[in-house]
Amino acid sequence: MENSNALASEKIIQDLLPQKFGTKGKVFVGVLLAFCLVGLFAYYRQLRYGLVVTAMRDYVSWGIYISNFVFFVAISLVGSLITAVFRLANVEWSKPLTRIAEIIAVAAIIFASLIIIVDMGSPERFYFLFLYGRIQSPIMWDVIVITTYFFISILLLYYPLLPDLKILLRFKEKSGKGLNKLYKFLGSYWKETPHQIKLGDKAINILCITIIPVAFSIHTVTSWLFATTYRPGWDSTNFGAYFISGAFLVGAGSVVVAMYIFRKAYSLEQYITPKHFEKMGRIVVLLALLYLYFNINEYLVPAFKMKKSEEAHLNGLFAGDYAPLFWFAILTGMIIPIIILLFKKGRRPVPAFIAGIMVVVGAWFKRYLIVTPTMLHPFMPMYNVPESYHHYFPSWEEWAIAIGSLAGTMLVITILGRIFPIIPIQETINEQHETVA
Amino acid sequence: MTQDNNSRREFLLAGLFAAGAAVGCSPKKDVFEAGAEPGVQASGKKVKLLSVDGKVIEVDEAFLKPVPELPPVTNSEARLGIAGKKFVMVIDLSRCKNLRKCQEACDTMHHVNPGQHWVKVYPMQDADHTSPYWEPTTCMHCDEPPCVKVCPVDATFKRQDGIVLIDSDRCIGCRFCMAACPYSTRVFNWAAPDISAELAKLPYSCETSVPQKKGTVGKCDFCADMSRKGELPHCVSACPNGTFFFGDMNEDTVSNGSETFRFSDLIRDKAGYRLMEDLGTKPSVYYLPPVSRNFPFEPGVDSDLKNKL
Repeated sequence: MENSNALASEKIIQDLLPQKFGTKGKVFVGVLLAFCLVGLFAYYRQLRYGLVVTAMRDYVSWGIYISNFVFFVAISLVGSLITAVFRLANVEWSKPLTRIAEIIAVAAIIFASLIIIVDMGSPERFYFLFLYGRIQSPIMWDVIVITTYFFISILLLYYPLLPDLKILLRFKEKSGKGLNKLYKFLGSYWKETPHQIKLGDKAINILCITIIPVAFSIHTVTSWLFATTYRPGWDSTNFGAYFISGAFLVGAGSVVVAMYIFRKAYSLEQYITPKHFEKMGRIVVLLALLYLYFNINEYLVPAFKMKKSEEAHLNGLFAGDYAPLFWFAILTGMIIPIIILLFKKGRRPVPAFIAGIMVVVGAWFKRYLIVTPTMLHPFMPMYNVPESYHHYFPSWEEWAIAIGSLAGTMLVITILGRIFPIIPIQETINEQHETVA
Repeated sequence: MTQDNNSRREFLLAGLFAAGAAVGCSPKKDVFEAGAEPGVQASGKKVKLLSVDGKVIEVDEAFLKPVPELPPVTNSEARLGIAGKKFVMVIDLSRCKNLRKCQEACDTMHHVNPGQHWVKVYPMQDADHTSPYWEPTTCMHCDEPPCVKVCPVDATFKRQDGIVLIDSDRCIGCRFCMAACPYSTRVFNWAAPDISAELAKLPYSCETSVPQKKGTVGKCDFCADMSRKGELPHCVSACPNGTFFFGDMNEDTVSNGSETFRFSDLIRDKAGYRLMEDLGTKPSVYYLPPVSRNFPFEPGVDSDLKNKL
């Protein structure tokens, strides 16, 4: 018995140690890097000429940078869902997914912070937020909670990594010199003494509890950037809950996508099993139904009243210029994934992966629809302004920066998945022991 | 025209200054020589000036000294405002015929970017069968300003005299204020402003809102610099129909330059109102309804109005 356990452990370690990029991996990283570089060039142009290189003008003064920001903040919420909520609820099956979720959370929150700086007209004055910050402004609330969330997420990624770092340090020859130095720097003090284990568990518990209210705060406050204004489509008391439910949905969708890709790329079929897709599929259905519920609230109630100020905005979404995109986002982001994932066959890895992609794509466009159409329906008529002020379609620089930031997020996820075991090794071993015993 | 007026005023003031300086000085060939810079010789060319006591006097041109500009207001003074004042504007909609002289004057004096305007004139119609009218808007200088509430760095602020201003040296360009303002008052410097290099080099003043800067927000400033000098905002003096009235609520007086009214009487007798009162922003700009109009509703300078509507 003892012997088979040892064997199993060795096999698990060999399976789960970080693997070097193959050809596909290298090409993937290369493509992502290329997108990032194009985005950086576009940002250089924006720094040089000003926000005039974007399609934003005085009416649509927030465009895809802001909707992209909302999207990133939304995705990052998944860290708290999979890691914290499931851990506190003692959900055993989610353990192999915790690191994927935390990596996504950290990558997304980094790019949320970057994209908001990109949106600033005078980014060289970023430090004014700390020098002259007004606590009364919802932007300051966002700065505070996002910074807090960033650090909690980093720690929540780091602490559970410590036992794995100890294992990684045992396989110096496999990881190579550079990585080994990093592992040493990060985890050489971890000797796995009972005292350390106790402290580590305690820290993780505290972080899991604190991250939940902070996660709710980051997305609620982000929704308030809109809801604290008077504009039709934003002036809603529903916004906090609406944003949170949408965030959990896109986060869960992105985890399904990421676990499918990591499973394929690193041959983790034994660790990320159809059971995981089955369970995550159920969660996505639940969250999509919840988000659909909030959408119905958000659109049906004002549409029933059709207040003058809301009328043009709502008609534009339901049957006007934005109707194709609106119905695309509703169908792709919620209804079709719900239909796919309601069936047992739909929760197998491939269809679940497709549903996950639909959720994520639908969610990106949904954020765009929350930001832009509202800005085209101000209270005062749009009159005697240049033609370009009347509509908004992102310029190539905006697309390049937005796509570059998405590529950057994927790059960070890929690199973290290259450096660290994407599935917690020690936890998998412990679990294995428990099942055998 | 404005240029001419200014230079003439400066010239008169210069004379007065010189005259004042000469009082009580020892007699010389020319009394004004006393106040002259050392080494300045009389040129022999005399100019006629009006003295303080209303007499026409002659002064040698060489002894005239330009009056120094008023010392520039510091940033902290500009942020504080003028004590004891509460500036208000009244816009009489029955007088507007969309000549947009207000807009022209404002654009010129503040060097507003082409295509953007701080003063806007909208064709409005309250309901299907009610009569259309022209509605000029400035910044409403709200007493509960949504823009000031949301600004993360105190770049836009409310002064004790009621004026809402922007510090372009502070603005980070997040544009939250633009999203928050229900009156579509604010404009953004998407590119480097279209102004001369010399102007761009001047230190920014919150009260003149000049020079505008790339990546910051701009808007109507109620011509805070003019109020400090005791003069009317540019839009008010530019309107040939006297549509705009400006004044101090504490004095209960508003004027368009040629007519002056008691503010409270005007608002009461003509049923004055403010825009979007229900939002609770408490604007400092009041409107008089477009009744007993001076002009019918015609396109004014917008000859292609039908296409634009």
